[in-house]
Amino acid sequence: MNELKLLLENPIVMSVLLAFVPIVFILVYALVTLYGEMKVAAHIQNRLAYMENGWHGTLQPFADILKLLQKEDIIPTAADKFLFSLAPYLVFVGTYASFAVLPFSSGFIGSNIDLGILYLVAASSLVVVGLLMSGWASNNKWSLFGSLRSAAQIVSYEIPGVLAILGVVMVLGTMNMQTMTQMQDGGIQNWLIFGGNFALGQKLALIPFMFILFVIYLLSSMAEVNRTPFDLPEAESELVQGYNTEYSGMKFAIFYLAEYANLFLVSAVVVILFFGGWTSPFGSFMGGPVWSAFWFIMKGMFFVFVNIWLRWTLPRLRVDQLMYVSWKVLTPFALFCIIAIGFIMVV
Amino acid sequence: MIETLEKPKTSTGKTLRTEEMIVNMGPQHPSTHGVLRLEVVLDGEIVTDVIPHLGYLHRCFEKHCEHMTSYQQVIPYVDRMDYVASMTNEMAYVVAAEKLLKIEVCDRVHYIRIIMAELQRIASHLIAIGTFGIDMGAFTPFLYYFRDREKILELFEMTCGARLLYNYMWIGGLSHDIPPQFVEKTKEFIVGFKKTLQEVNDLLNYNEIFIKRTANVGILPKDLAINYACSGPMLRGSGVNWDLRRDDPYTMYDKFEWDVIVGKGEMGTVGDVWDRNMVRQLEMWESLRIIEQAIATLPEGDVSKAIPKRIRPVPGDAYGRVEGPRGELGVYIIAEDSVTPYRIKARAPAFVNLSVITEISKGAMLADLVAIMGSIDIVLGEVDR
Repeated sequence: MNELKLLLENPIVMSVLLAFVPIVFILVYALVTLYGEMKVAAHIQNRLAYMENGWHGTLQPFADILKLLQKEDIIPTAADKFLFSLAPYLVFVGTYASFAVLPFSSGFIGSNIDLGILYLVAASSLVVVGLLMSGWASNNKWSLFGSLRSAAQIVSYEIPGVLAILGVVMVLGTMNMQTMTQMQDGGIQNWLIFGGNFALGQKLALIPFMFILFVIYLLSSMAEVNRTPFDLPEAESELVQGYNTEYSGMKFAIFYLAEYANLFLVSAVVVILFFGGWTSPFGSFMGGPVWSAFWFIMKGMFFVFVNIWLRWTLPRLRVDQLMYVSWKVLTPFALFCIIAIGFIMVV
Repeated sequence: MIETLEKPKTSTGKTLRTEEMIVNMGPQHPSTHGVLRLEVVLDGEIVTDVIPHLGYLHRCFEKHCEHMTSYQQVIPYVDRMDYVASMTNEMAYVVAAEKLLKIEVCDRVHYIRIIMAELQRIASHLIAIGTFGIDMGAFTPFLYYFRDREKILELFEMTCGARLLYNYMWIGGLSHDIPPQFVEKTKEFIVGFKKTLQEVNDLLNYNEIFIKRTANVGILPKDLAINYACSGPMLRGSGVNWDLRRDDPYTMYDKFEWDVIVGKGEMGTVGDVWDRNMVRQLEMWESLRIIEQAIATLPEGDVSKAIPKRIRPVPGDAYGRVEGPRGELGVYIIAEDSVTPYRIKARAPAFVNLSVITEISKGAMLADLVAIMGSIDIVLGEVDR
């Protein structure tokens, strides 16, 4: 017993254990979302989706994963083997590293660093490198198209996204994600989308700008995870499947996993920035570390659902229109909001 | 159209050397609607040239028809030309053959043929608009439309036992009369279908993103459309008021009251992709009007009375044409003193419409090329035959 305690106090063992929490979460969450996406899509489209394996097809995601695991892992002969194999893991690492700073509950955060949100933005940018790598190494023109589009899109949409984050950072005065959440504690009225925990005048002045920033961040986060209406990098009707055309088996599964993990990541950031992170909407009622984890995951899953909902409803934009939205609509609005928030916070 | 971008300049003022890229779109590509291969020359995202390569689905339809044992045996082959609108194909062949043989059929046959052809037109347009939605990235309208197409196929199945390749219209009549519950089921279908049409209008055709993607894209001017002999929604989308059902009435289309839908350039320019798609959407309403009138005034009669036992026409030729979902579908038959046709030539509208793609997609973006191809609504079975 004592030995076990000693082992747990060892910082290396502890950090390894800590690092396992997000990956277990990602795996479970990916299975749930895989199932959820198919079911939501099916019900939007007037069908049932899978019903055969288990109750209402609940075992189907496991079957899918098993199938992908035993598929032959094909590397095209003309591909750059090293980069081709490295790319999916790089994409996943970028996303996974960002999970370190997500405050899952009042009692759990992988790494409570002061530059949390900045680290998150930086780490999730690593995804672009992986996508470019996969497109180039595949030696396929469609893949190259997809990855170049993807790089252009993610880099462009990071700007309004980061500006929206900056607006929130200006209001809260911190980049530490745990502190950001704690500042919105105390019930639904303290969430930033409803003006935050400030005096009434300031609160009312903040609400419209917070709402605009929320929409801007939501749109740019959808672009960053390549979801419809911004799913050009993998626009299957134009580019076959985009950057992951040539991938198969486990490498393809890793791309898929990274995509879903990224989806939760950006949803979680929306929740932390505007919807109070892990805080309960009823103040201290249903609070505490366990309940807060529940609230965080529920809120995150809600935005994952919004993403799925939009995906199966909207058509896709064209590549020049996509750039137009980013540079000529979202970025100016975000800049305007930042200036306005600056005035509000000073006065 | 988007003007070609200037070549980027380096810091020393010299232009960067950029190369055009040739990519093969198809034959295995999700949005070529079959096995069409397009050789696309791209300057970045901008299409500078498109060369279609056909023939991957060539099945020697015309040659096969010369080696049948009778004229009736051609009908199942005609079904397989445009496999999403088989009834219309049969109608074209049957109209031509009856002209050749100078057979008069009773009114009931005409009426049922019109009902079937219009149902088939709706079924075909449902696929056209649905897959066009997929090309634009909207998957859901496709399934909404397929749900209603299923009901049409059930009507066909109820009538002739087949769901896709019917062999229903015979020379001089029909293989079966319509079953007793057909009229009631059709009325039921029409009521439900009108709701779906409205729903998809809201979901897809008037969606802001969809309009952005399709308005002012792939503009086909009036004169170009006529010069390339385009027909069907392709031609009417460009503002040409031409419909064979009205201008060269075959069977009994002149008995019904309906309008020819013409593109007006509501969202952009006349003849853009949005117009072509909208012509299809509105044509379904007109088809419903024709069906409603036809089932309300369905005459009595024996549908198999005029079917000839053995066909051996006097030598000569005949050209029958109908307004199919994709345009003018013509069948030209040359008969010699024999039980088999000497030569059959089909004028496939999809094949003719496809020829204009090079002209209208130059200068468009890669994503627009997909939109243009979807709006032409090709069926490779008909293009290659």
